[in-house]
Formats: sequence, structure tokens, C-alpha cells
Amino acid sequence: MKILKRTNNVLPGFGPTMGYTLLYLSLVVLIPLSALVFKTAGLSWHDFLEAVAAPRVLASYRITFGAALAAAGINAVFGVLVAWVLVRYPFPGKRLVDALVDLPFALPTAVAGITLATVYSANGWAGKYLEPHGIKVAFTPLGIIVAMTFIGLPFVVRTVQPVIEELDAEIEEAAACLGASRWQTFRRVLFPLLTPSVLTGFALAFARGVGEYGSIIFIAGNMPMVSEITPLLIITKLEQYDYQGATAIATVMLVASFTMLLVINLLQRWSRRYAD
Amino acid sequence: MSIEIENIGKQFGSFTALDDINLSIPSGELVALLGPSGSGKTTLLRIIAGLETPDSGRIIFNGEDTTDRHVRERKVGFVFQHYALFKHMTVFDNVAFGLNVRPRDSRPSKSAIKEKVMELLRLVQLEGMAKRYPSQLSGGQRQRIALARALAVEPQVLLLDEPFGALDAQVRAELRRWLRRLHDEIHVTSVFVTHDQEEALEVADRIVVMNKGRIEQAGTPDQVYEHPANPFVLNFLGNVNLFHGRIPQPAQGERKTVSYVRSHDIDIDRSQQDSSSLSAEIRHIQKLGPSVRVTLTLASGEPIEAELTRDAFQNLGLQQGEQVYVRPRQVRVFVEDYQI
Repeated sequence: MKILKRTNNVLPGFGPTMGYTLLYLSLVVLIPLSALVFKTAGLSWHDFLEAVAAPRVLASYRITFGAALAAAGINAVFGVLVAWVLVRYPFPGKRLVDALVDLPFALPTAVAGITLATVYSANGWAGKYLEPHGIKVAFTPLGIIVAMTFIGLPFVVRTVQPVIEELDAEIEEAAACLGASRWQTFRRVLFPLLTPSVLTGFALAFARGVGEYGSIIFIAGNMPMVSEITPLLIITKLEQYDYQGATAIATVMLVASFTMLLVINLLQRWSRRYAD
Repeated sequence: MSIEIENIGKQFGSFTALDDINLSIPSGELVALLGPSGSGKTTLLRIIAGLETPDSGRIIFNGEDTTDRHVRERKVGFVFQHYALFKHMTVFDNVAFGLNVRPRDSRPSKSAIKEKVMELLRLVQLEGMAKRYPSQLSGGQRQRIALARALAVEPQVLLLDEPFGALDAQVRAELRRWLRRLHDEIHVTSVFVTHDQEEALEVADRIVVMNKGRIEQAGTPDQVYEHPANPFVLNFLGNVNLFHGRIPQPAQGERKTVSYVRSHDIDIDRSQQDSSSLSAEIRHIQKLGPSVRVTLTLASGEPIEAELTRDAFQNLGLQQGEQVYVRPRQVRVFVEDYQI
């Protein structure tokens, strides 16, 4: 541990801050999570598999992670667009739109869920125009994606926005002087510089989507095998006093989420390989 | 390619950046736009490049009006003060960028691009750096890559905006000489902006001295240095001393004059030599490497700066507080209606 021995650092306080960081992370994150794992460990391997690999549970994984990926993907595209417009163009009501982006953060998820369910139901504002075209949103997996997109939007916008603000106008001018079109400049010069922040936003939106419960259960319809998300399944197990079954599923979700976040993190590091 | 600048004007709000600029740059010349900050030199350069649109006037490349042509189609190479390299691309990809973005039918083959890029990297003496990222290069190396990138598209005009401004003195001097050699090799019409008179004098074929959005003088380095058109040019190119005086004019009576003497055009003597010798007291001595700057005050109380070679200084053995005589060797007199 060479780093611990170094003294005379211009930034003192490595010891106390590192100690506090570990303590804080332990109390807030690690202890609850390890309790989860310990509780699961009470199950035999056979019971564990039965709990986490039942067809209904497997279907819920597919729906939850699939919808979260789709929603994060949608947000990665449109969130960048929103951030771009907010930074680059002056327009009336810009501040208002900027504030609007944060609304999904602040709105209680149940309110969001009920609102979305109402709007997209067969006779709701949006639903009554979509339904005749055979597009059912409320009470289908599509509804889950809509809800996850709604709650995930601010993550992408807020991580990408400062990076767009920091972009140097000169690199765009340099690209133009070299004969690049606007689109080529965006694709080859600007977008690669935005990629790390887009990936961060994507990861955050995805994590939020996977963990989301409140807003989804109202719009999802919660049909087993079709539109039932994993968090709901955990609640159902808890209500049946099947605590170990609930924690087993939770552990699987935890591992899966952690792995995906780790992969995204590695991707992000790769995308800024030029910086070191 | 020649550049004609006709009646170019540019306002930023109420600030006049350029006021009716006319200039013609012959093909193959290396021209310096020299002036203090706010003189409009960078704005003029950006207008030539097409990065800025003039409010009035025309820019003509090789007899062809390019005022309304987009920067993409002007075929100019532009080098920025802070390099503006694409930091997520390797040195190779940076230099190849201009070739890679060409439409498919005019884009050279991969191997042709590679050859061209390596040739340019040899030209800027950075062949070994192709796989590095800009963050792994020093400032001087980055600027050379920026230059190679600009040259890759075979520009008809090379424009450099304070290209060495962000570098330290030694690298700057080195790159200056190198740019001059490079220009002698490739002979592309080049315009560079600088506020450093030494840089302009050393590198340029022609110097355009600018001030407050106007051109004060354009000429060879010798012309602007030896025959400055007005006190501003004289003052901007080197340290000068001012002497106020009067000349009688038959028609209007007396007119006030200002005489300017460059600090290295002043001799210091221990005894009075002729009628132009003035008595002065040495106030301060500053040794600046090869030269020595002596600050004196005349009997009238006016301060004077003289620059001596180290040898001359040592031969005289001057001391602070001594009474000596100063003698201007070369005096330029301007009638005082001109404000610096």
C-alpha cells in the first residue's frame, strides 16, 4: 500500500476522508446488501434455483431488464437531443423547458404512474388516438417502457448537458475548415466527445428503470408472464411471507444490475481512453 | 494563390473591429498581421478564412469572389492558437481527418491517405507520434500536428492565428524558424496573426501593422522598421523615447513636434561630443542577457531609456547616479497631430 505511506501531499486528509468514505459506504450500501445475501444464503441451492428460475420469475427478468434497456436507449437518443437544444439554441421559454426536464425527479412515482396510466389508457388523451391504430400502451410491456423512459429522462440530459456546454467552438471550426459537413462534424468530432457522458446517463437511467416500482405498477397491468416486473414479484413474495424467496430474487437482480453497470463503466472508460 | 481584401468592414455591436480594410497579398507570400489586442487582426484573419462574415467588402481569392463561400469550400488551412486538435483521435487520425471526410468519389484510398499522412508527419518531424493522442504531446508538438492537419487538405491559403502564442519562449523561437523554413519549402500563401513584433520581423516577408481596426502600414520588415509611416508603427516595433519640440513654420507660426528615438539608437558618453549631446543622470541599470537597459533622466526631468550592448556597457563602466551625456543617433520627427 504505497499510496498510504505518501506524506506531504498537497491534498491532505487522505486518511480521514478515505475512512469516512468506507464507513459511509458500509453503513448505507454494504450492510443492507450483505444482509440480503445472508438471508438468501439460508436457502438450499435447490430451493434457491426454484425461487429464482421459476418461469414466471424468468419472464419478469426479461421484462424488467429488457424494458429498462429499451427505455435507457430511448433516453440516450432523445436526452442528447434535448440537452443539445437546451445548450445550443436560444428560444423563448428555454428556462421553463430546462426546469421541466427535472420534473420526473421530483414527481412522486405513484403520481407519475397514475397519470401515465390515465393518459395512455384506451380512452385517455393519448390512448384514444393510439388505440385505433392497434397500439396499446397502458397495461402492456410498452407501458412499462413509457414509464421507465419518463423517469429516466433527466439522467441523460443532466449528465450530457454540461459536457456539451464545455465543447470548444474551435474544434467545430477546425472541422469545418478541413471540409467536414455539419453531420460529419457531429458524428466524428462532437459525438465521440459526448460518448462517455451519454454512457453515464444511459447507465443511470438503466439502473433507475430496473429499480423502479411505483410508477410502473399502475401502467403495467401486472399480468404474470406478460407485464409483471421483478420488483413487483418481490413484493408479492413478501406479502406471502416468503422472505427467503423474495431476497433470493433480489440477490439475482442485484448481481445482474451490478454486472451491467460494471460493463457500462468499462465501456465508458474505453470511450475516454484518449484522456490519459 | 493571391488574396485581395477589398473595403472589408466589421462591427461587433457598437465596436468597430475592422474599418474599411484594403490589402492585397501576392501568391506565395508569408504575411504577418501585427498589432495590439483589439486591433482587429484576428477578426480579419477569420474573415479571410470564412469563419466570420464581413459586414461590407469583398474577399477575392485568385481573382474569384469568395466572400459568400462557406469555409468548407474555401480550401483554407487554419491553425488555432490553442491547437484545436481532436483529442479523442490519434495524431494519425487528426492529420487524416480532412481526407477522411471527403465525399467518397474524391476521397483518396486508405493506403494513399496513409502515405500522405506519414509524409506530413515527416514534414513536421513527428513521424514516431502517429499512434499517440494529443494529450500525450507537448505544446510545440501539438501545434506542429495542427499544422500538419491543416496542410493535409492541400490548402491554397494557410492562416495561422497566433500560432505560437501559447508556447514558452524557447519553443516559440524554435518553431518560428521552423515555420519560415517550412514556408520556403512549400510556398503556400500564408497569413499569420501575432502581437509579437520580434516574431513578425523574423518570420514574415511582409508585415501589416494594424491598430484599432485599421491598417497603419504594410511593407517588408525593413520598411516598417526603418521607415515607419507614423508614430504608432514606430512605437509598436521596439522601445522608443519621445522628445517634445517645436519647429517654426512660416505660414502657421510654430508647430509642435515629437521626436522619436529608439532606445538602441542612443549613445551614452562621458563627455559632451557635439551639440546634440544632452546631459543626463543614470537612474537605473537593468541587465537583460545580451543587452543592458539604462534608464536616465534629462536635465528637463524627462525620462529616457537607452539600450547598450554588454560590451559597450562594460567599456564605459557606468554606475547608477552618474552624470553622463546622451546622444541620439537616429531621430524621427513627426508633427504632433497624431495620437498614439
